[in-house]
Formats: sequence, C-alpha cells, structure tokens
Amino acid sequence: MAKEIVSPLPGTFYRRPAPDKPPFKAEGDGVAAGEVIGLIEVMKSFHEVKATEAGTIRSFLVDNEDAVMAGQPLAELD
Amino acid sequence: MSGSGGKLLVANRGEIAVRVIRAARELGLKTVQVYSKADAESLAVQLADEAVEIGPPQASKSYLKVDAILEAARATGATAVHPGYGFLAENAGFADAVEAAGMAWIGPSGQAIRLMGDKVAARSAAHAVHVPTVPGSDGHVATLEEARPVIRRTGFPVMIKAAAGGGGRGIRIARDEAQFEKLLPTASAEALAAFGDGGLYLEKLIERSRHVEVQVLGDGQHVVHLFERECSLQRRRQKVWEEAPSPALPEEVREKLCASAVALAAAVNYRGAGTLEYLYDDTTGEFYFIEMNTRIQVEHPVTEMITGVDLVREQIRVCLGERLRMRQEDIRRTGHAIEVRINAEDPARDFLPHPGTIETLTVPGGPGVRFDTMIYPGYTVPPFYDSLLGKLIVWDEDRGQALARLDRALGELRIEGIPTTRDLHRALARQADVREGRFHTTWLEHWLESEGQELGREVAD
Repeated sequence: MAKEIVSPLPGTFYRRPAPDKPPFKAEGDGVAAGEVIGLIEVMKSFHEVKATEAGTIRSFLVDNEDAVMAGQPLAELD
Repeated sequence: MSGSGGKLLVANRGEIAVRVIRAARELGLKTVQVYSKADAESLAVQLADEAVEIGPPQASKSYLKVDAILEAARATGATAVHPGYGFLAENAGFADAVEAAGMAWIGPSGQAIRLMGDKVAARSAAHAVHVPTVPGSDGHVATLEEARPVIRRTGFPVMIKAAAGGGGRGIRIARDEAQFEKLLPTASAEALAAFGDGGLYLEKLIERSRHVEVQVLGDGQHVVHLFERECSLQRRRQKVWEEAPSPALPEEVREKLCASAVALAAAVNYRGAGTLEYLYDDTTGEFYFIEMNTRIQVEHPVTEMITGVDLVREQIRVCLGERLRMRQEDIRRTGHAIEVRINAEDPARDFLPHPGTIETLTVPGGPGVRFDTMIYPGYTVPPFYDSLLGKLIVWDEDRGQALARLDRALGELRIEGIPTTRDLHRALARQADVREGRFHTTWLEHWLESEGQELGREVAD
C-alpha cells in the first residue's frame, strides 16, 4: 500500500532548498526516515518537511510553490 | 482638497491596506483593493469601494505581480497607487511604471528610491551633507587589497554587507583579520546568488547600539521632520516594540539627529513619508546614519500619537501634488507613545508562526489606546504572508504612564483561536530594564534566552 508524506504546516511547498539549487528529491529517488524532501514556507519562515519512514518516492502530489494545507499529502512513497 | 474625485488603488494587504483605505476615505478618494485568492475575505476587501483579484495566494504571483496590479489600476480607472510597506513599496521600477501609466505614485520618485536603496550611494549622499555614517568603506570593496586600509580604520568587529541586501540579510561579521580574509571572498559569491548583485561594502559593527529613526515628510521641495522613534527591541532583526520619543536621547542630540535627517532628505528632493534609520551609541552620544526607508513604516502610529499629524493622509496629499501644509515650527510633540506588534506566533514554541481562525476578539479601549488591525472574529489568518495581526498603540502623558496604560490595554486584548505575542509584550511592559529604557538592539534576544521559557505561562492580571 502506498505511504504518504503529509505537510506538517499550512503554507507554500518548495521542492528545492533555494531557487538556484536542484530539488531535494526527484520521483524515483529513495528516502530514509527523517530525510528532508522539501520546505514549507509559513508566514515568511521556512520549515523542513521530513519523510516519516523510508521508501521510494513514487510521485509528488503537489507542484513546487503550490499552496498546501496542514495534513495535505505532498508525496506518495512505495 | 486635491484628493476629491480621485481613486486610489491599494497595492498591499493586511493592516496597512486598512490604514490606507481609511486615510483615502477621509480625503474624499474612492478606493480599489487588489487581493490574492487567499485574501477574498479580508477586511480591506470589505472596506474598499471596489476590489480586484490579481492572482493566487503566493505573493510572487499576486502582490508582487506588477503587470497584474497595473492592469487592475487601468481597468478600474485608478488615479493613484499606494504601495503600503513591503511588497513593491521600494521597487523603483514599479514606481516608474505607475507614473508612466499616468497615475500618481504615493511615494518618492523612482530615482530617489534607487539612490536610497543602494546602500553605497546612500552613504555618499549622507557624507555630502555631513551626516555621520558608521565608519566603513566609502564604496564597494572587491579585493583584500582594497579592504585592508578600510579595516585598519574601522577595527574589529567589522561587518561585510551586501550592497543589495537589507532587513538584516546579506551580512557577515568578522571578529579578526584571519576570519575577515576567509569571509570576504565567499561573501561576494553569496551576495550574487542571493540578490543578483555581488557588490559588498564594509562597516564597523557597533555593539550594544540602539536603533533610532527619524520620520520625515517632504513635498519634493521642502522637508520637515516629526521627531524620532526608538525601535531597539528586536528579535531576529525584526522590530517588536517601538516608541516615541526615544527614552535615551538628550535634547541636544535629538535636535542634531533630526536636523541631519532633514538635510539628507532635502538633498534628494524627497517627496512623501520616509524614515532615516540610525544607530545610536548611548555611551558616546554619537549617532550614525544607516539607511533610509522610502515608504510609510509599520511603526508610524507612535509618531502620529505624539505629534497629532496623520502621516498616511499627509503622505497621500503631498504625493498628489499638494504642498506641505506644515512648517517645522508647527510640529510639536506631546507625551509618549508605545506600539507593540501582535503577531500570530507562539512565544512558547520559539515564536513559531501560527496561521488559523480568530475565534473571539476583544479589542482594548479607553483613553489613549489604538489598535490598528485587519482581524475580526471568524477571520482566518492565511499562512502566505507575514505574521502581523495588529499593532496595539498607546499614548499617555509620559513614559511611565504609557507603560501602565500599555499593560492595562494588553490585559483587555483577547484573541482566541491562535497563539499571539501578547504575553511577550505583557512581560516586557513589566520588566525592569524595559521600564528604565535600558536596552539595545540585541537586548531582547539575550533576555529571551534566559527568560523566554516563562512566556508560555499565564501572566497574572
């Protein structure tokens, strides 16, 4: 069954650490528990989104810079 | 009145948009509020005569979209644009575009914004009228060879600052020569990556300095000052508490400080409301110009409270082409005012921002109390913008009495549904150093490190 990584906070989701940097993770990449897969910007402060368990990223469910709600699934893991 | 019959577009959001709409209405201007999808329910949208949606929630796709805002202005027949603070307020290209489209820009010329926005050019302008600046390089520094004679003059610690930085961003501190030689080469690359401009300059770091700033108003020909504000209580270089007058300035320093601000603003033919920021060393009585903010500031109400001048209304008047209605000798100050920023942040969790729905709201009242806000019961604070919910401002006859009134008003303020910084201010209003005016720009962070863990607990009424 697919596992999901959900947003811990409401805000704007970023897949990159900075606009000129490569994304933290691409689809198909493996992740370890606790590894950073993106950032959430909430009220001008940035917070890391970490994988809660290990897996392989099947797909991202939101685009870079999308507005997201707390608890919204961001990525699916296999 | 020059305002009558015009239509002002508000290119901002939150409490400042509400503040601008109120001033415009009192001048007989119609208002147009632009808004993002996340702000459809905002108080500013409800108050304005017309409202135009300009894009999705993210500021980069709405409040920073010059084309979308200009299109809204054209479509509604706006005759003027007020940028508020933040977003496009100090964007010279936007100022030029508004004027090129035949509308009045409620701010200084694009040229003045460019000059004061370039820290090196602003320092040169200050030197030309003998306004003291922090010892440092009088221009960009590119190499160690160029930097050596400068650091011999400034000593350590010294700051390496990005010319295009600001708001505390793009600053590296070197405490000795070895550290300096390591930091300088990387600082340029970092500035280029962060701001698109690798230009650097050097400035002596004055530790334990106070932040004082002078409010000016100009009509392009004449400039007056409205005295100073002190904003030394800061967290992560963000002001949290501002007051006027400064509790630290002797009268003769105040006169020299305010005169220097007028000289510098007059030198650039300043139009509109502006603020010249200074560091003040209360051990030596020396002040140093650091930068000019070419817009209305968050903390403008404390100046309004001690002078009785409506700064936003006067700013709009002069930018619509009226002459200044006051001479310097007409501007007097009375009493003491304090503003505290009520933010949607949790003091018990290291000030983690906390958007959400305002369930109940009780606004303090009584004499000398003002609450500038955009929240109302049932309003949902969106996560996409800054955490400022409102500004509680009190005025009283002197500082001691103003502190008592602040404590009283904070006790009346009730915001339920999300955590706020109310209790931080309650604790500060009762703190001995704050009551004595004994603080500097890093005082609050040190105090939070030692006392901050108490902030989550209930403060006794």
